[in-house]
Amino acid sequence: MFPAPIEKSGAHWRGVYKVALPVSLFLWLIPLLAVMLTSIRSAGDLAAGNYWGWPRDFHLLENYTAIFENSPIGAYILNSFKVTIPTVIGAVGLSCLTGFAFGIYRFKGNLALFFMFVAGNFVPFQILMVPVRDMTLNLGLYDTTAGLVLFHVAFQTGFCTLFMRNFIRALPFELIEAARVEGVSEWQIFTRVVMPLMRPAIAALSVLVFTFIWNDYFWATVLVQGKHALPVTAGLYSLNGQWLAAWHLVSAGSIVAALPPVIMFFLMQKHFIAGLTLGATKG
Amino acid sequence: MNRPAAISGTTTFWQRHQRQAAPWLFLAPGAFMFLVYVILPIFQSMWISLYEWDGIGEKTFIGIANYVELFDDDAFYTSLKNNVIWLVLYMLAVPAGLFVALFLNQTVFGIRLIKSLFFFPFVLSQVVVGLVFAWFYDPSFGLLAQVFEAFGLKPIAVLADEDYVTYGIIVAGLWPQIAYCMILYLTGLNNISPEQIEAGRLDGAKGIRMLWHVVLPQLRPATFIAVVVTVIGALRSFDLVSIMTDGGPYGSSRVLAYYMYEQALSEYGFRMGYGAAIAVVLFAIMMVYITVFLVRMFSEERGAR
Amino acid sequence: MFSRKSAGQPAMLAAVLSLGLAASAHAGTLVINTDTSDPAPKAAFEAAIEGFKAENPDVEVKWNIFDHEGYKTSIRNFLTAEAPDIAAWYAGNRMAPFVNAGLFEDVSDVWEGNGLNESLASAASSMTIDGKKWGVPYTYYQWGIYYRQDIFDDLGIEVPKTWDELKAAAAKLKENGITPFAIGSKALWPTGGWFDYMNLRVNGYEFHMDLTAGKVPYTDPKVVEVFDKWSELVEPGYFLENHAAYDWQEAVPFFVNGEAAMYLMGNFAVDLFKSGGLTEDQLGFMQFPEITPGLPKAEDAPTDTIHIPANASNKEDAKKFLAYVARAEVQTQMNEILGQLPTNKGSKRPEDKYLSQGFEMLSEAYALAQFYDRDARAEMAKAGMEGFQEFMVKPGNQDRILERLEKIRSRVYK
Repeated sequence: MFPAPIEKSGAHWRGVYKVALPVSLFLWLIPLLAVMLTSIRSAGDLAAGNYWGWPRDFHLLENYTAIFENSPIGAYILNSFKVTIPTVIGAVGLSCLTGFAFGIYRFKGNLALFFMFVAGNFVPFQILMVPVRDMTLNLGLYDTTAGLVLFHVAFQTGFCTLFMRNFIRALPFELIEAARVEGVSEWQIFTRVVMPLMRPAIAALSVLVFTFIWNDYFWATVLVQGKHALPVTAGLYSLNGQWLAAWHLVSAGSIVAALPPVIMFFLMQKHFIAGLTLGATKG
Repeated sequence: MNRPAAISGTTTFWQRHQRQAAPWLFLAPGAFMFLVYVILPIFQSMWISLYEWDGIGEKTFIGIANYVELFDDDAFYTSLKNNVIWLVLYMLAVPAGLFVALFLNQTVFGIRLIKSLFFFPFVLSQVVVGLVFAWFYDPSFGLLAQVFEAFGLKPIAVLADEDYVTYGIIVAGLWPQIAYCMILYLTGLNNISPEQIEAGRLDGAKGIRMLWHVVLPQLRPATFIAVVVTVIGALRSFDLVSIMTDGGPYGSSRVLAYYMYEQALSEYGFRMGYGAAIAVVLFAIMMVYITVFLVRMFSEERGAR
Repeated sequence: MFSRKSAGQPAMLAAVLSLGLAASAHAGTLVINTDTSDPAPKAAFEAAIEGFKAENPDVEVKWNIFDHEGYKTSIRNFLTAEAPDIAAWYAGNRMAPFVNAGLFEDVSDVWEGNGLNESLASAASSMTIDGKKWGVPYTYYQWGIYYRQDIFDDLGIEVPKTWDELKAAAAKLKENGITPFAIGSKALWPTGGWFDYMNLRVNGYEFHMDLTAGKVPYTDPKVVEVFDKWSELVEPGYFLENHAAYDWQEAVPFFVNGEAAMYLMGNFAVDLFKSGGLTEDQLGFMQFPEITPGLPKAEDAPTDTIHIPANASNKEDAKKFLAYVARAEVQTQMNEILGQLPTNKGSKRPEDKYLSQGFEMLSEAYALAQFYDRDARAEMAKAGMEGFQEFMVKPGNQDRILERLEKIRSRVYK
């Protein structure tokens, strides 16, 4: 293990570490703690200039009810789910198929096509913006969650394919060969043999894609306008314009907007990190 | 699916060819979507960049005039310069992430929770990060201003000062990015072979020397990914600029990604062709990194076979 | 063109996935798209639409309210794709791109037929392009300097009428530790108000219109003079410090708390001033002072309008609606709700202190400008206001800024 375990060093260093750890964590999370604290402040507290001190009174319920009652944030959150969940299903579903194709078969152009998926993944969004927006308009899907979903599914398929293919590559190939000898069709190899083994990959990708899409801001501003389809990221930004200087509301709104991926992360931490650090250990 | 092939004694066409056809059938839906929404638009953008088009009227072919204009456009150079600053400073996330990972790679009580909390900023949307930091920098009541005042200094309006604004935004961006790099390194450190560390210890390697000669070489895959995602993050730096400053003050915090959007879609924009030309330049820069990444992956694939 | 080609295949996909396109309006239905997402404009339109429905029971009105900011982009889409019968927009050069692209209907006949040339005379020029009328105005509001009467009284400052008096007032305020002018320039446009008034007062309306129409270079000595005068306020630090960090609303507390004493703004700001705690005794309104002696005074009065898209399906009822909204009593009612000024001169004079002052000022105005970002072309406006902001932070960059603006002007208006 590197660095050397702290238990092996002297009592002095252990003490320092024990203090340094919480202090650094506190410093690291100051912005977040400030937001949490502010989200339960009263407007009066802010008006009195008490931005960073301990709140004089706690308005937890008032503030959080206020944002749901006086703003469309509830609708925005619902929109975010309407975009995120179909995207997760679509992108993960499609990439199971593509990942299987790339991972199992040797065919002409396998690597070239696969690289196309990988390269497309790193493309700056701006080069897609004008044509994708135009296409969405022509499909009549501009300003709908469906328009966003279609694009996200397509784009996320790139990343998911890379992930799935590498995952499937690492599976024992003998299983598939054995199935083929028994005359199992290719489709059944996919559904009966490979899919059950892919569960961890599916879980990891689902949490990752969920977080990516939930937090997407760029495409939400490009493909959507109104509150009937606006996801919570872009919605929060427009609310920020309305809630000018009402930082207690902005903070409460931020927390609500951040909550779903945060919950997802803490529930599925292992999968999340496994997905994110793919490739960080091998090679 | 199991056709009664055995009964007839001959195999159907499908059975004979299903292994040739299967990969293409499996690929079709995903590849179709990806082609339509990602690959084709790249070429369409290149094509649009040769036109003047406001998004509603007719397109007018103007050849490379958009590019000619670009090279005489101060705002373009400001954006390009800021992109370079982003690329360079964003890279700090890699050593910083390594540093945090080394700091946290212990087995004391509660370390798992602490690691997750350190990783936390990465899960937040950039919108939230941007709003939080914009508030942090507020010149009249932001935390930064209060700290400055506590030391008897005059607060700096970071986001309203052309000399500081880009750095201010980058700091906000580094917060989640360091968390990302940290998690990559933590995973990497977990998989380091203990034998080599022991061997290094026997050779008398310690501290920095051990890190440099024994640990870092083993962390190369993590470093590689950290660099790749950081470069991409730096070139995609749209969200924070849009949320924190809208490119201001007077355009001094623009980056190419934001400038493109501004030209093509914002209230004062709708120059689709010109925006597309900016996007093509951004794409060309990114292409350098994509190529490096693909070449490396290609050699790995070669080795694997 | 390419989009049609590439859209061919996904169209099938979309047919499956989308929940169906919005049904197009049948005859007898009037589709109205507005950007009135804020409460007062929404209520004003609601009143107008209810009144119209009462008079025309056979017409079924379908009203789509868009987000105020998002509307600026949505209108470009729906005018071509799914045009409503009525679309809200703005006067002046802001409507020019749609007029030039053939997306707005010529409504000169509505003006002729209802005597609007007479009753809407003050706004007529801003609705005219190529000698034709392209829409109907229903509201505008004045710009001017709101000031702290109580602070002026304390320091013995008279309401300035001339440039020298304004500077003297500013100097006195500054001496007493009060910032003379509040401004928040983060969103850029508040700087446009300053430029408009400086140019209107230094060089006059005609020159200002020529400049915003791109006919005069930004390096013209007359423009340089505007900036030289302006820097007499910028150099001594008369504007709020760090103004580039604030939106206009964020600069209001400085004014309300008495840390700043004047605020050049549109009348919509009065709500915020009052809700911040200022009384009518504390808050005064004045016309922007004279700079070049004897020059007739033109004012900024941004006008909101409604138009008929060229692709509308029910133009007949749309014209009825235009004529309805142009009426004096309808505009009186709408503007009472909006808290703004009716464009019809037969409308009832507002009772509010600031509105009645504005009404008087505008009715005596030599001419009305729409506002820099509505008079100048969009690209020019953006670059221009960025230049103004930079100038207000770093007045020393004046020459460089003007050269840059000139470069952009010669490209935009080529």
